Amino acid sequence: MEALFAAVLGILTASGVYLLLRARTFPVVMGLTLISYAVNLFLFAMGRLQTGVASVISENGKYGDPLPQALVLTAIVIGFAMTAFVVVLALRSVGETDTDHVDGQETKP
Amino acid sequence: MVLALIIALPFFGVILPLMAERLGRSACAVAAGLAPLAALVLLLSQQGTVFAGDMIRARVQWLPEIGLNLSLRLDGLGFLFALLILGIGLLVILYARYYLAKQEPMGRFFAFLLLFMGAMLGVVLSENLLLMVMFWELTSLSSFLLIGFWSSRTDARKGSRMALAITGGGGLSLLAGVLLLGHIAGSYELSQVLAAGYAIRAHALYPVVLILVLLGVFTKSAQFPFHFWLPHAMAAPTPVSAYLHSATMVKAGVFLLARLYPALAGTDLWFYIVSLTGLATMLIGACMALFQHDLKGLLAYSTISHLGLITLLFGLNTELGAVAAIFHIINHATFKASLFMAAGIIDHETGSRDMRRINGMWKYMPHTAMLAMVAALAMAGVPLLNGFLSKEMFFSETLNQHMLGSFDWAIPAIATLAGGFSVAYSLRFIHDVFFNGEPINLPKYPPHEPPRYMKVPVEILVFLCLLVGIVPAYTVAPLLAAAASASLGGELPQYSLAIWHGLNLPLLMSFAATAGGVLVYAFRQPLFRWYAGLPAMDAKLAFDQCMVTLVDFCRLITRRLETGSLQHYLALLLASALVVVTLALGPLPQMRGSVELSPIDGITALGLGIMALAGLITVIFHRQRLVSLLMLSVVGLMVALAFARYSAPDLALTQLSVEVVTIVLLMLALFFLPAQTRMESSSMRTLRDFILAIGCGVMVAMLAFAVLTRPYETISGFFLANSVSGGGGHNVVNVILVDFRGFDTMGEITVLAIAGVGIYAMLDGLRLIQPHADAEGRSWARDRHPLILATLSRVLLPMALLISVFIFLRGHNLPGGGFIAGLVTSVALILQYVASGVQWTQSRLPLNYHRMAGAGVLIAGLTGVGSWLFERPFLTSAFGHFEIPFIGEIELATAMIFDLGVYLTVVGATLLILANLGKLTQEKPGQEVL
Repeated sequence: MEALFAAVLGILTASGVYLLLRARTFPVVMGLTLISYAVNLFLFAMGRLQTGVASVISENGKYGDPLPQALVLTAIVIGFAMTAFVVVLALRSVGETDTDHVDGQETKP
Repeated sequence: MVLALIIALPFFGVILPLMAERLGRSACAVAAGLAPLAALVLLLSQQGTVFAGDMIRARVQWLPEIGLNLSLRLDGLGFLFALLILGIGLLVILYARYYLAKQEPMGRFFAFLLLFMGAMLGVVLSENLLLMVMFWELTSLSSFLLIGFWSSRTDARKGSRMALAITGGGGLSLLAGVLLLGHIAGSYELSQVLAAGYAIRAHALYPVVLILVLLGVFTKSAQFPFHFWLPHAMAAPTPVSAYLHSATMVKAGVFLLARLYPALAGTDLWFYIVSLTGLATMLIGACMALFQHDLKGLLAYSTISHLGLITLLFGLNTELGAVAAIFHIINHATFKASLFMAAGIIDHETGSRDMRRINGMWKYMPHTAMLAMVAALAMAGVPLLNGFLSKEMFFSETLNQHMLGSFDWAIPAIATLAGGFSVAYSLRFIHDVFFNGEPINLPKYPPHEPPRYMKVPVEILVFLCLLVGIVPAYTVAPLLAAAASASLGGELPQYSLAIWHGLNLPLLMSFAATAGGVLVYAFRQPLFRWYAGLPAMDAKLAFDQCMVTLVDFCRLITRRLETGSLQHYLALLLASALVVVTLALGPLPQMRGSVELSPIDGITALGLGIMALAGLITVIFHRQRLVSLLMLSVVGLMVALAFARYSAPDLALTQLSVEVVTIVLLMLALFFLPAQTRMESSSMRTLRDFILAIGCGVMVAMLAFAVLTRPYETISGFFLANSVSGGGGHNVVNVILVDFRGFDTMGEITVLAIAGVGIYAMLDGLRLIQPHADAEGRSWARDRHPLILATLSRVLLPMALLISVFIFLRGHNLPGGGFIAGLVTSVALILQYVASGVQWTQSRLPLNYHRMAGAGVLIAGLTGVGSWLFERPFLTSAFGHFEIPFIGEIELATAMIFDLGVYLTVVGATLLILANLGKLTQEKPGQEVL
């Protein structure tokens, strides 16, 4: 399972990086979102992949690692704030420069 | 304490002339002189101790970890230099009072001068070598300011830049040398370094240390081939030249030779490098001085020559040589400072420094001429003047070395030759300026004597030249003995300061030099013609060429790196990250660790497969933005499921609600952006990006696999054990967020609120073209707010709010909490905006989201501050169990109030973002996106 999980992380990262390198803002934002998914999963996996363990304190003694979870939880929310910020930055850039190229100007032919 | 005060006084004094500037020039000069005068009095009060051969030390620990301490020492050598710095400094202040013109910013000048003075005192009084290097660099910086004082002049700017580049660069080399020295000696304290002299010279790194330190010395003391900055530094006002470039700063280099003499000197390497450099500098400086037509240029090259002489003396590896060197330091400082001042007076009164035009000054300013002539004769080494004594010692020392074998005669011969040139240029200074006919075409005519007090400093210095020259034993002897024994670190050799040593070889060398000098001066016209025929030899050109090449090189790199293309930067960034991770993963013996792999189960594999596939489709269809976005949402949902599958319900809930909000946001943004992405990347660029993407993917996969298959230790045991007893909650993730790591969360919601406000600011005043049709030309549906959606959403709202209250309340003990509850509330509210429009919603739900986000951060912060009232650290939580009728026992914790802050911030920030984006193009009521 670990190998498959790692491979999927790799695919998500590769997809995200490819989109991140595009010239238009919208694909870049999507690439960023894909990479945040991959990063969140990666951080989460630092607590190892645990099946069927308790997440709250109970009689049953086995728990998942709460620390990466707490980290990832805030990372998800902050990631949203960042995506929103970048999206609006992209919109403002279109409003100011009339192009959605990441450099704020169309490439010279 | 006294030592620290001596150094600190000039630094404190910097402010005085600046404040006194408005009170007039004399007041300004007096204010500038107060601090050095006080420092001089303090210094002289220590004279008894120092002359008795004792050393005064003061020490305050600063950064003991790296061996940097504020430790100071005052011994004979430091005393001598401090005396020169403060004494000549005071004379220069008096002189500058009359030298500077009325309209020039005198306060600033004195402030710079005091800054330099403090730095220079720091160099000579430091016990810690690192501290000394720091002051050393400070002298370079302050001399940059002083040389460039007339900043409107090109030569001043260029000269100061050159001086800074060379002396500052030498300072860096010195720093490296001192670091190595401290490494070898085991301490940066001078006493210990000097005591470790034998170990240092025997160490394998000794040649490196020596060369690095000498680079610092030679650049500072203008030794060949670094001498060329000094003539260009003559663009400085003459008081600066008199002070920095004859008496003090250029002496810092030779000071270091004297200071480190017991640690570094005594080897063959020392002899060859130091003495031959000194010899070359002395000869070149003396020759060049003769050919200068500029008065200050002559003095500058003469200074270079005399510094070479001092260096040569230190390089001879004899104790008497070191004594003679220190003696010559004193003598040179007195006669050269007075000569510079005299040159400044002449420049001041005639408006020119060209010796071809300044002639016959004897007639116009006899008093000044007299003073300058005595000083020039001291420079030439004429008996009954101080220059003669040290020159005799120098000549006799050149005869006492036997390192060059059959070429032993070369050093005394070259010394005599240089002595001859020295006599020649001194004669020129006297004859060409004060006699030799009438002045030619002077800017100021007729010249006359300067103001009375401008001559006082020159008189004092010339008087000292005479005094030392005639009765050395009663004047300079104790000072020289104290300084020399401090430098040599032990017993002094036998020497005599008498004027008459009998008719011996050094005296004959003096005669030969004098006769030769007169002869050279007599035949100067053919020599000048010959010199004019030479190609222009100016190291400045080579230096400028080096600078241009360097700047071009940097510009080339900058141009290659900074193309202005974000894609380019990003590719570089990713490529570097790839390289770094590869280097880090390289040493790993095998990818797979010891932990057993968990079995593959079909459903999970299917889920992960869908996630990967959706990710790939997002990329493949990225030109069709809507398709791509939908696929992205599939990935997000699968991520939420993956969290749920691997026992993280909190994360699953968060991811699910964030996913909804994110997709709504991206949909909204897409409305204003082109629906499709054009093909525009070149094949090369696509290939590059493809390779980078695959590389990053492989690296992340490898890293994840390597980590996942290895055992690990977690610190979570603490959180699990203390969650219930310490935080009063069973949901450990939530307790970590609101209690254990509450401060982090506090920061996080602050960032969230800032992002919301930032977005609001960016959207303010933004007007975008609202498309009327989709990419295929179909116009948008006319029914903006479908009835079914609107009706259903209104029913949903109370239920959704109820759920979020539920999630919020149970958060401390079961999956849930402020973050998730906030996101659920946001989704429910956004649904109202989507279904019924901004106008409709806002008129019924007049919430101020700014205030909400702000209030959230405030509540969270106040909860933290609240624990101070109970004398607990910030954000300590308290909890208790309460019996509430009908509901039963409920646990309430202060962490819940904090969580309420989180909740409010999340709702406020999310809606601040989305609601504002939704009403972006609302030009008139009813025309809105949502």
